[in-house]
Amino acid sequence: MYRCFWAGLFIFTLSACQSIPKQDDSLYLALGGKGGISKIIDIFIYEIGQTEKIIHHFEDTDIDRFREKQIEHICILTGGPCTYTGDEIIPVHQGMNISESEFNETTNALIRALNIAGVSIGTRNRLLAVIASLRAEVIYQ
Amino acid sequence: MKFLKSWFSLFVLSQLIFIPSQVIAGGKLIGTSGGTQIEGSGGGGLVPWATLSGYGTRDEKSVTTFFSAVSVDDFRMTSYGASYTYHDRIEVSFAHQSFKSGDKKTDLSQDIIGLKVRLFGDLVYTPWPQVALGAQFKNANNTDDNQFLGAKNNQGVDYYFAATKAWLDGPFHRSFVLNTTLRYSKANQLGLRGFGGDKQSSYKSLLEASAGVFITRYWMLGVEYRQKPDLLRAAKEDDWKDIFVTFFPNKTAALSFAFVDLGRIDGKEKQSGAYLSLQLTY
Repeated sequence: MYRCFWAGLFIFTLSACQSIPKQDDSLYLALGGKGGISKIIDIFIYEIGQTEKIIHHFEDTDIDRFREKQIEHICILTGGPCTYTGDEIIPVHQGMNISESEFNETTNALIRALNIAGVSIGTRNRLLAVIASLRAEVIYQ
Repeated sequence: MKFLKSWFSLFVLSQLIFIPSQVIAGGKLIGTSGGTQIEGSGGGGLVPWATLSGYGTRDEKSVTTFFSAVSVDDFRMTSYGASYTYHDRIEVSFAHQSFKSGDKKTDLSQDIIGLKVRLFGDLVYTPWPQVALGAQFKNANNTDDNQFLGAKNNQGVDYYFAATKAWLDGPFHRSFVLNTTLRYSKANQLGLRGFGGDKQSSYKSLLEASAGVFITRYWMLGVEYRQKPDLLRAAKEDDWKDIFVTFFPNKTAALSFAFVDLGRIDGKEKQSGAYLSLQLTY
């Protein structure tokens, strides 16, 4: 009887573990995985460089580090199998006093990068919705 | 002739469409400016939205000009004007409308000054809608005819409350926008036929609504509905509706085409036809 109970509990626990929802990585895959995201970030960095209004925020930025952390960040935000090793969003933007229009210009640079990279409109909208949700943590810090 | 002149000015304006988008101020996402509705306020084609014209954020200003033409079975209407948006908070607009029948018997016009204040919310970024309060101060020019038909005044003010929300990643992973506007008005046919009437001389609460979806990056498809007061016994008016497409080639220009159904106008039934509007933002 007891054995049956323990066996039941064991099976229940096992199935509970298995039923933990697998992370939804469909957006990560739609962006082309790590390779696709790296390509988007490369174009994004170039587009930032072309945007006069925001370039001053990147004057002291270590571009290689920025690139690496951006790729990791987009990877985890879209459900990819990465570890984000960068700083938290709020402290990183602390003291930068990024305005609404500067945030929007940066988003526009990302949109151009997504267009150039040939990302479909549906995938683009999914990523933009994720990025938009970070806005409050970025502006006027 | 005058209509031709209007089309010519539209042609001239259309030459400005391909101004490089870098010259303009305003960092908001493309399409979020909305269009300019026929009374000069930022919105859809018929309905004012809670959005302020232009792409300016809270540290920017913008100027928008527009030209619209409506051609239905027995009537033509043209409307042009400009608006100024300050720091994503206040929109001031001016519009002139002229309305004529094909047989030249009807020749109406009016001037409209609009004021809109964004109360709270951001179209895209807040979970709640962008909400605005607006007023349109109207002055109709054809006084005798309108009084003969039963209109009480030649001047009137419309007040409206609008809530607009956009979803970047809506159904089918497309971007959607929904708008509801509550208008408080006694304007007959927008005010072209004066204000107040023999059926009712006081204000009426009217509901207006719009829905749109970006089917591609630059093309929005949508529908609009606008309730009308219908205060004159001799000149009944119906609610207005339209189906529109708007093309946003860049952040300077927006071009809208619509099929409009304006119902009864001055005793003529079933007035429907085409609407075209061009807007330029600086």
